[in-house]
Amino acid sequence: MDYFIENTLTSYSAVIVMALVFLCLGRAIIGPSAPDRVVAINIIGTKTVVIIALISFYYSYHYYLDIAMVYALMAFIATIGVAKYMEKGALE
Amino acid sequence: MEVLLLIWEYIRNILTIILGVGGLFFLAVGVVGLYRLPDVYTRLHATTKCDTMGAGLVLLAVAFQSALPEAVKLIIIAGFIWVTNPTAAHVIAKAAWVTGFPPVKKFDHNYLKGESKK
Repeated sequence: MDYFIENTLTSYSAVIVMALVFLCLGRAIIGPSAPDRVVAINIIGTKTVVIIALISFYYSYHYYLDIAMVYALMAFIATIGVAKYMEKGALE
Repeated sequence: MEVLLLIWEYIRNILTIILGVGGLFFLAVGVVGLYRLPDVYTRLHATTKCDTMGAGLVLLAVAFQSALPEAVKLIIIAGFIWVTNPTAAHVIAKAAWVTGFPPVKKFDHNYLKGESKK
């Protein structure tokens, strides 16, 4: 059971989440309006954090968790920035 | 004592499998909602909740298998996502509304004002 969790479940979960990221990217490409694309990019950011955490556990690179933290912050700031730009037409 | 540790190990593994598979299920449901729903606001409604729940569950599942410092870091990341994801959804919805994307179904925009006057 330890082998199943540490190898099979973790790697397959990372691959499945990566496939979901590509599906979200499809919505970001075909999305008819700008907010649809922003929604898709926001979701991709969250899923990337999950992938980084899974990879950090799979290879036991513990410092990847810091990268995941910074990535979550960056995705949040990017979403806020794009949404404010859409709303006001400028970043002030 | 050793028996207790063994039982704890077993419970931890079962919890990890349940939380991980549940988190993947929620992430997949969010993507299905992103594709099938007709509108910006409904897509936000589907993806934000499902994605926050799924990411939190998967991170919690990884935290159950890690040592203590990594588990604390993972829980901090999950809490950060739980705080920031609804905020981002709110900001996106407000931007879409101000920019003038109408919802699919028509309704009276002032119906909340009418209720507050009663």
